[in-house]
Amino acid sequence: MKIVVCVKQIPDPADPGALDPESKTLVRDQKLILDESDSYGVEMALQLADANGEGSVHLVSMAPDNQIAGLRTALAMGADSATLVSDEALKGSDALSTARVLAAAIARSEPDLVLAATESSDGYTGTVPEMMAEFLELPSVTFAKAVTVDGNVAKVKRQTEAGYDDVHCPLPAVVSVTAGVVEPRYPSFKGIMSAKSKPLDQLGVSDLGIEPGSVGWAGGNQEIVRIADAPSRAAGEVFEDEGDAHERIVAFLEDLKVL
Amino acid sequence: MGLDKIWVFAETDGAAVATISLEMLAKAREIAGTVEVFMGCDGEDYATELGDHGAEAVYCTGDLDGALQGVSVASAVANAIQRGDVDAPDAFMLGTTQNGRDVAARLSVKLQSPVITNIVDLVLDGDDLLGSEPIFGGTTDVMTKNISDNPGIFLVRPKSFTAQAVGAAEAMLEDLEVGDLGAVGAARIIDTFAEESQGPKLDEANIVVSGGRGLGAKEAYAMIEELAGSLGAAPGASRAIVDAGWVPYSYQVGQTGKVVKPTVYIACGISGATQHLVGMKGSKHIIAINSDSEAPIFAVADLGIVGDVHKVVPKLIETLSD
Ligand SMILES: Cc1cc2nc3c(=O)[nH]c(=O)nc-3n(C[C@H](O)[C@H](O)[C@H](O)COP(=O)(O)OP(=O)(O)OC[C@H]3O[C@@H](n4cnc5c(N)ncnc54)[C@H](O)[C@@H]3O)c2cc1C
Ligand SMILES: Cc1cc2nc3c(=O)[nH]c(=O)nc-3n(C[C@H](O)[C@H](O)[C@H](O)COP(=O)(O)OP(=O)(O)OC[C@H]3O[C@@H](n4cnc5c(N)ncnc54)[C@H](O)[C@@H]3O)c2cc1C
Repeated sequence: MKIVVCVKQIPDPADPGALDPESKTLVRDQKLILDESDSYGVEMALQLADANGEGSVHLVSMAPDNQIAGLRTALAMGADSATLVSDEALKGSDALSTARVLAAAIARSEPDLVLAATESSDGYTGTVPEMMAEFLELPSVTFAKAVTVDGNVAKVKRQTEAGYDDVHCPLPAVVSVTAGVVEPRYPSFKGIMSAKSKPLDQLGVSDLGIEPGSVGWAGGNQEIVRIADAPSRAAGEVFEDEGDAHERIVAFLEDLKVL
Repeated sequence: MGLDKIWVFAETDGAAVATISLEMLAKAREIAGTVEVFMGCDGEDYATELGDHGAEAVYCTGDLDGALQGVSVASAVANAIQRGDVDAPDAFMLGTTQNGRDVAARLSVKLQSPVITNIVDLVLDGDDLLGSEPIFGGTTDVMTKNISDNPGIFLVRPKSFTAQAVGAAEAMLEDLEVGDLGAVGAARIIDTFAEESQGPKLDEANIVVSGGRGLGAKEAYAMIEELAGSLGAAPGASRAIVDAGWVPYSYQVGQTGKVVKPTVYIACGISGATQHLVGMKGSKHIIAINSDSEAPIFAVADLGIVGDVHKVVPKLIETLSD
């Protein structure tokens, strides 16, 4: 079973960058790391490949400036190989462009299963996996909180507003997983060492047969027209609990007449 | 001015139209001359309610027989537009829900329309419709418009608008044909499970009591439920304890969970990460109990208690039960 996992490489969330008021883009010149949201997909893939016996795990990422540190982390966790798509033409890509590029890169390895996270930590549109499925003409199940593969069928518990649905989906398919679907492993020392020699392809958009003008800024379908500070909520009073905090809370609730 | 026509994606819980759908209808009426609804189920039971909220027509796929809404509804809508059965609207509005996102994403590829996500407000700027998205944990608003030649797709967060009936006539029912999708439509829902808690619904309750990792252990969540019970409140949670398996996902408040705007929100042992704040910052009053005086939750709290949940909450329950 061939599994492809999408891994986004993002700026460290502890240092989120800022919006440049001129170009209206995120200023993010820092080194990129593996999005924690994608560590669940990588772990899920490794477990499914293991259970399958003959599984392989390939990573696909689109990132600026040939950045590969996040891919190395996922390889160190145990993935077999990786493809990075990096190209000046991709700067400014929206979700639709991103999905088009990822789908083209994924199609090259003809996977049985494509895994991604439900939403990334930085852009969190939560639309890329389902868009990729549409480009790949594959069925898909989003919001998976549990995934098993039984023969040619992915059996997924899909989160819903009220609980979850059991969904059966024939392979090949795209599945997006939630955080908490599995417990991601830490890369071992051996894993970190071996990651350095694992195959890592680097492609540009023309390698994928994509017209550079159809993606990035040139292919953009939306435009930010205004950026403003949001009204902030005034902070209230903060008290140290000295054994009487519950009384303060009760008084507060009584004032509001909700008791 | 305004747009000619908006299509709103309506969802239901099987009995009534979802609140998010009615909220979007209220906004759609403000900005467009004609408001129509599309949905991935039988529409008959909902035509009166949708009409009452301003929908003139309801385009429905009929029962999907376990097929997923994303691929089915998007295919049916794109086909109807591309065949010329219906005139494309100027914009689509869908809720930020599991199915709303799926439909929006598939439709975006089919129509080559951009998806503008996490929208909390829609504003007309001449003939342009701008979606307002809060970023950086709600400290900055970004206004985005569609610049393609195709209708823009706006994914709207729940509780952004107030639903309001207008007393209009029942909406006209129209068919949306899904057709045979082959492999791409082959996923099937085999079974459905509800995990909701007792008492008021999380996104409708007047008071919400949420617990986070600061509770220390799964067992400690019992005191959150007890406190909620004594206040007639709904219990909620941070994602940290949903991921840890302490409570089901349906309890989750935040960016990936429910948006709540109760009169009072009580956060117990929750740090106040931006993704949690976007789900509860709109509460009228916020009480936070956290042992760390530097916790970001205190920046939005009207009443902050620096203290141990294991001390404060049991005493609170005891006082309330007297
Ligand atoms: C604050 C902010 C708001 C934005 N709003 C919008 C918007 O409204 N509409 C829009 O079209 N774009 C928007 N963007 C741009 C969008 O985030 C980027 O296009 C991004 O490349 C893809 O979207 P995402 O991160 O939101 O993906 P999501 O759909 O949230 O990602 C889900 C999963 O898809 C996979 N994936 C996504 N991107 C990659 C990648 N580059 N490489 C490998 N795997 C990947 C990962 O598994 C990821 O977890 C926004 C960006 C920011 C920073
Ligand atoms: C893409 C994405 C989406 C996300 N969506 C959501 C979402 O929808 N909802 C959500 O909640 N999170 C979401 N998160 C996660 C979020 O970033 C935080 O990790 C999470 O909210 C933290 O939960 P917490 O506050 O319970 O835990 P922590 O951040 O670990 O905080 C625990 C708090 O408890 C306090 N504490 C410890 N002991 C005690 C005690 N004895 N008494 C009182 N206080 C104590 C600590 O001081 C600390 O502030 C998302 C993250 C990402 C990347």
